Amino acid sequence: MHIMEGYLPAGHCIGWAAASAPFVIVGLRRITRVVREHPQVKMLLAASGAYVFVLSALKLPSVTGSCSHPTGTGLAASLFGPTVTTVLSAIVLLFQALLLAHGGLTTLGANIFSMGIVGPFVAYGLYRGIQAIGLGSAIAIFTAATLGDLATYVTTSFQLAIAFPDPASGIVGAAVKFLGIFAVTQVPLAISEGLLTVVVWNLLSKYSKGELAILSNLSRKAA
Amino acid sequence: MMKRNLWLLLAVIALAVGPLVYHGKDAEFAGSDNQAEQAITALDPDYKPWAAPLWEPPSGEIESLLFALQAAIGAGLLGYYFGRRRGLAEAGGKPQDHAAH
Repeated sequence: MHIMEGYLPAGHCIGWAAASAPFVIVGLRRITRVVREHPQVKMLLAASGAYVFVLSALKLPSVTGSCSHPTGTGLAASLFGPTVTTVLSAIVLLFQALLLAHGGLTTLGANIFSMGIVGPFVAYGLYRGIQAIGLGSAIAIFTAATLGDLATYVTTSFQLAIAFPDPASGIVGAAVKFLGIFAVTQVPLAISEGLLTVVVWNLLSKYSKGELAILSNLSRKAA
Repeated sequence: MMKRNLWLLLAVIALAVGPLVYHGKDAEFAGSDNQAEQAITALDPDYKPWAAPLWEPPSGEIESLLFALQAAIGAGLLGYYFGRRRGLAEAGGKPQDHAAH
C-alpha cells in the first residue's frame, strides 16, 4: 500500500495531504486527552502502536506469487478509535519513508489516508457494528482487522487509478489493474492479520480487563 | 485460551507457507508496491517520478536490517507489555502505571 516517493502527481499529493491533515490533528488531540484523563491506558496505547510496527514490517508471501504486508491498524482502531490510529499509522509511515525508502514524504498524505484513515474507520465501524448486534468480540475483532486491512489496499488501488487512468478504459480499467496487484494479493494477508489480532485480543481479555473496561466506556462517550 | 491461540497461530503460518508450497519455483514473490510502480510505468510511459527518497538503504542487507529493527522494536514493546500485565495479574495486583511519576 506504500505509494512510492514521487509516484503521485504533485496536485494529488497536496490533495491527499490536505484530506489527511485534519484527522492527524483530531487524533493528536484525542491522544492527549485520553492519556491525560486515563494514564493507565498509556502502555496499551504504546502496545497498539507496537503492533502496527510489527505487522507492517512483515512482508508475507501470497497466493498471487507476490509479497505484501498487513497493516496492524485494526487493533488500535477497535481499542482507541480511528483517529488515534491515524496518528500511530503516520508515525510508522514516516519511519518507513525516512529510513527504508518505503513510501515517501510526497506521498505521505495519500498513504496516511489509506492506512491511517480508511482502514481504521472501516475497522472501527465493523467492530462497533458487530458488537452491537451481539455476535461476540472475537468475531467483531476478526472482521474489523481483516476488512480494515483490505480496505486500505482497495483505497491505494483507487488512489493510483485516479492518478493514472488507463488510456483506453479510464479510471475503472486502471482500478481493475491496481486491485489485481494490491487487493487480491492482500486477501490471505488480511485473514492472517484478522487471526493475529484475535490472538492479541484473547491475551488482552485475559490480562488487561481493567484497561479494556476504561476504553469501552470511553468509546461509548465519543468516537 | 492458550490452546485456541496456538491454533490461530498455526493457521497464520499455514497461510504464509501455503503460497510458497503452491507456487514452488515459478513465482518471484516480488513486492506488490514494486509491481504497482511497474503498472504505473505501463499505464503512463511518460510519467517521471518528480521526487526521490532523501536516503535509501545502500543495500538489500541494510534494508532487511532496518525492517528487522522495526519488527524487533514492535515485538519487544508488545512482549514487555504482556509480560508486565501477566506479572501483575498473577501477583493479584491491579493494572496500574507508575510511569506518570
